[in-house]
This record gives sequence, structure tokens and C-alpha cells, in this order.
Amino acid sequence: MSQAAVLSLDAIAFERDDNLLFSGVSVALEAGDILQVEGPNGAGKTTLLRIIATALNPTVGRLIWRGEDALRHRQTYLQNMLFLGHLPGLKQSLSPVENLQWWRRVHPDNTSLESLDVLARMGLRGYEDVPCYTLSAGQQRRAALARLLVTEAPLWVLDEPFTAIDKQGVAELEGLLVQHAERGGIVILSTHQDVGIPHIRRLQLTDMARVA
Amino acid sequence: MGQGFLAILRRDVLLAFRNRGEIANPVIFFFIVVTLIPLGLTPEASRLAEIAPGILWVMALLASLLSVEGLFLSDYRDGTLEQLVISPQPLYLMVLAKILAHWLISGLPLTLLAPVLGMMLSLPEAGYFPLVLGLLMGTAVLSLVGAIGAALTVALRKGGLLLSLIVMPLYMPVLIFGSSAVQRSVDGFSIEGPMAVMGALLAFSLLISPFATAGALRVSMHG
Amino acid sequence: MWQWFHRLGSPRWFYQASGKWLPWLSGVAVLLLMIGIAWGLGFAPQDAKQGNSFRIIYIHVPASFLALAGYYVMALAGAVGLIWKMKLADMVMKSAAPIGAALTFIALVTGAVWGKPTWGTYWVWDARITSMLVLFFLYLGVIALQYSYSGQDAANKASAVLSLVGMVNIPIIYKSVDWWYTLHQPATIKLTEAPSMHPDMFHPLLVMILGFYCFYAVVLILNTRTEILYRERRTRWVQDMVGPAGESGQ
Repeated sequence: MSQAAVLSLDAIAFERDDNLLFSGVSVALEAGDILQVEGPNGAGKTTLLRIIATALNPTVGRLIWRGEDALRHRQTYLQNMLFLGHLPGLKQSLSPVENLQWWRRVHPDNTSLESLDVLARMGLRGYEDVPCYTLSAGQQRRAALARLLVTEAPLWVLDEPFTAIDKQGVAELEGLLVQHAERGGIVILSTHQDVGIPHIRRLQLTDMARVA
Repeated sequence: MGQGFLAILRRDVLLAFRNRGEIANPVIFFFIVVTLIPLGLTPEASRLAEIAPGILWVMALLASLLSVEGLFLSDYRDGTLEQLVISPQPLYLMVLAKILAHWLISGLPLTLLAPVLGMMLSLPEAGYFPLVLGLLMGTAVLSLVGAIGAALTVALRKGGLLLSLIVMPLYMPVLIFGSSAVQRSVDGFSIEGPMAVMGALLAFSLLISPFATAGALRVSMHG
Repeated sequence: MWQWFHRLGSPRWFYQASGKWLPWLSGVAVLLLMIGIAWGLGFAPQDAKQGNSFRIIYIHVPASFLALAGYYVMALAGAVGLIWKMKLADMVMKSAAPIGAALTFIALVTGAVWGKPTWGTYWVWDARITSMLVLFFLYLGVIALQYSYSGQDAANKASAVLSLVGMVNIPIIYKSVDWWYTLHQPATIKLTEAPSMHPDMFHPLLVMILGFYCFYAVVLILNTRTEILYRERRTRWVQDMVGPAGESGQ
């Protein structure tokens, strides 16, 4: 691992109620890396991603962002990180535009893109103004993924981003991730699908419970 | 810094406007339960007037309790709470915005409805001003204190009843000072004392509650 | 100082050390309680107005003291657990809650029993009784919250936050209940204030209060030790000590 690592996980372990989910997870990521977290159900993929997103604290281990402890300099880290969790984080009675707008206000960005254009690019033209509960699961996922187009955060942490979207959508999203990496960003994602991304790095989480 | 505060305040008020039925519920509850009192007790004006301050306050407290359960619940279930907890904005301010929005859509309507109900319970004239002023501050304290309980129980499958159990003892000072201010005014005494205490309770809970609520939310997210 | 702090934070160290103090502390507690009870019930003079029924204060007053102090013990242990992530403190907090609730309950029941001959009724909405009832509710809330979480860590943190909020609120609640009572106070009812008691009545009470403090400490330690064994049941030292046949190896 080189010294130029932008984000490194340093011997991360997670234990809940005396059950060890995983331990010794170490990985160093540089600009341009795409990391796929793999493992069987229950191996802790979501937990690891939530730790990287600081939504959970690791039991042991450190998260180092540009040489600084991310948990100590949380504010700076959070400005550089975008997390899309298992749940899309959309308010059902708001429209995709309204959802994108409140999210953009909470995550200040300098992109001058219009929210409407962004949603059109995500294939939601004509659906910008209808409440989210009328949208399909795939469309809701797209509405959540629209945040990728407006964020300036270099680090993307995506939990199962391909869930519920169609083939074309998967291809577009893969293109988006590769483009982000080419511009020097970092992507960490979990998925059960085979991803058509070249040079993807993999992190295998084994099911500790089954090994023991 | 204040950007997150405004964004969340706007969002929650807009959401409440979209789901108007849900805002109306506590207010209707307040209305109906107060109607039960003359039916269960007596329609006699003098006896109603005697208990009106206490009844109005107890019912307002229950109505506020009823609505505070939903403060973080939908955000928790759809994943937006997680987005707020890990957003670069201070959680303290966003929590405060959510509480303020909650007060605007629950405490404020209750306060505005209270004089009408006071009239129906034959509350003497001197009682209206302290009732409204007390509720204006008191319901804000209830929202602030209730938020802590709501944050602690949001991740539990059956949090509702537990929420009332843990929050109600903390509501008692508000009830005491709120209803006795009305009573004192009706009896011809000054209300400065209880109102000052109510203001102090409001200031104190404004300071403490968002902090405790933010901490409780982190506990709930981690659990 | 820090070394001591960390050692104290280790459940194993606490278990072993407390095993050594416990017999002594229990002895002191039993001795004090026996002296206090014998003195208070047998030798202290009768109350001029209340006769022998006043003697229930030898249980009632210490229980009330400990009920309140116990809440602070619980909340402070919770704070230590939250801030320094000390496992032992979490266990102390969890163990303190039911003891405190039980003492509050005893205080309430003895108060009611005392109330019958004194005021002619089991229950009056007296300021102190009402505050005690609210304290009981606060305890119940913490215990209910503790048992509602399926995960132990989350349960501990949540009940620590709640007991801290409760601790901040207790003085406010007590003051407001006091104020409320002065508004509505019927002039006929007045409690005997402890400091105005005759010294012959007061000294056994002091002994009882001390005895209750020791007793509280003993029960808290016992409860915490049980919690330690349960929480650390998979560790080597517990298994070594308990042994496969379940015989005590200590």
C-alpha cells in the first residue's frame, strides 16, 4: 500500500453485544479506486459501509482520511463523503425535486446544476413533480442516486446502489462510477451483482460466525 | 451553519402541509376529549369553571404527547434520519429545526384552540390570557422534552407506550406551572411568578433538549 | 490515578476485589441495621402525638434517602459509561435501577402505612409523597427502556441518556411539586421534620441511615457481580472460576 492513500481503514473490527461481526479489516484507497465489498448475507457489508459513513462507530480500528482521523475531524470528513444507504432516504410525500432540494441544502454544494435537469438526466423526466410514493422502486432509487450528480464529495459510499434499477440504469450508474473514479474520486460499494467495471478492487468479508 | 436549520424547518413544514390529516389529529383529539368532560362530570358551569384550567392543561399535554411520537419515526423508517445524522451540518441545529416544526404544527394549533375550549368549559374571563400565554411557552417545552423521549424510542418496535412512560414524569413541572397560572389569575392573583418559571423552563429546555435529543438519536441509529 | 481508574473499569478486577470487601461490608451493614432497629423500635421514646406508629420512620426515612441518592448513583454511572465507555459503569447503572425502584416503592408503602394512623388515610397528595411517586415513575421509565432494547449496548446508552435527563430534571420536579403543594396546602397536615426530633429518637435514625447506605452498597455490589458474571460468561476467567461442574473455584 502506498503512502498516498486518501482513505484507509486501519484494522477495523465491529462487535455488537459481544458478538464479533468482523475484525482486522484494513484497506488503503487512493484517488481513482473503486472498491467492491463482498461477502455472504450477514457478513457485515452494510455494517462496514455504515462505519465508513460514520453512521456507526467501529469497536476497534481507525478511519483515516487524508492522514487525519476521520472520527476526530468528523465535520471535514463528512463534507467529503456521500453515503447512500440501504433505504433511499426520500420523503414519500415530497416529489423528487423537493427531495433533492432539501438534501442539497443540508449538503452544501457549489454545483450550479438545476435540480430539474439532474433528475431528467437520471431518467425521471416527467416525474419530477409527483410525490415519491407514486414512483416505482427503481424510480425512487434513481431519485436518490440523483445526489451523485450534484455532490462534490470525492468519496462515495454506496450500499447496494443497483437494487431495483433496470439494465440500462445499471449501465448508466456504472458509467457514472467509472467517470467519478477517473476524475480522482473514490467509490466504495456493496452489491450482489457482477459489476462491469474494469480494475475494480474487491474486499472479501467472510462470515466469521460460520468460520467459528 | 443555519442552512441545515432552515432546510429542515422548510421541509418539515411542507411535509406537514402535505399530510394535513396528521396535524389535525392531535387538535381533534384535544377537542373531543374536552367534550367528554361535561358528559362524564357535570354540565354545571360553576363546577366546570373550577376544573377547567387543570383539564385544559392535562388534555393539551396528552395531545402533545400523542403527536411527539411521530417526530422522528418517519425519518427513521425512510432513511432520512441517517442522512441527517451523517450530513456535515450540526445535528443540534437540525434537531432544533425539527422540534420547532413540530411545535408549529402541534403546539401552536393547540394553543389557538384552547380559548374556544376554555369558553366551552366556562373558564372565567381572567383565565384566558394566562392560558394562551402559558400554552404558547408550555407546548414548546413539551415538544422539546418529548423530542428526547421520541429519539430514545424511535428504533423500538413498540415505542409509543414506552414513550409516554418516560416522558410524562418530565412533563409535570410544565403542567404544574401552566395550570396554576390560570388558576391564580382566575382567583385574582398575579401570574408573573409561574410565567417567569415557565419562561425559565423554556430557556433551559431549549438549551438542553436538542443536545440530549441529538445524543439519543445517535444511540438509536447505532443500536 | 488513571491506572486506578482503568483497573476499576475492568469487570474482572472489580469482581475479584469486591469479593474481598463484601463480607466486611455486609457485616457492617447487618450490624448497623440490627443496632438501629433494636434501638429505634425498642429503646427510643414514644412520640408524644403519634405514639408508637412514628417508629416506621426508621425504615421510611432511610429508604427515601437512598431512593433519591440511588438515582444519582445510577445516572452518574450512566454518564461514566457514556463518556469513558466503561463497561463496569454500564453494569452498575443497570444494577442500580431496580434497587432504586424497590427502595422508592418501600418509601411509598411505608409512607402510606404511616399515613393511616397519622392522617387517617393511606394516601395524601403531600409534596414529598408526590415527589417520591414521580421518582418512582422515573425509575420505571429507565427500567422499561433498558428492557425494551434488544441489544445490550444500545440499551445501556439509551438508559444512560434517560437517567441523565432525569437527573437534571429531578431538582426541577421537586421544586415545582413543592411550589404546587404550598399553593394547595391544607394547613392541618404537617410532617414531623427530622432535625426537630428529640435526640433520643434521632440517633437511632442516624444509625439506620448509615446502615441503609451500607446495605445499599452491598446489594448494588451483589447485583453488579451477577451482571458481570452474566455479561462475561463466555470469557475465560469466568469459565475457569465457575468450572465445568459449576463449583466455585474462588
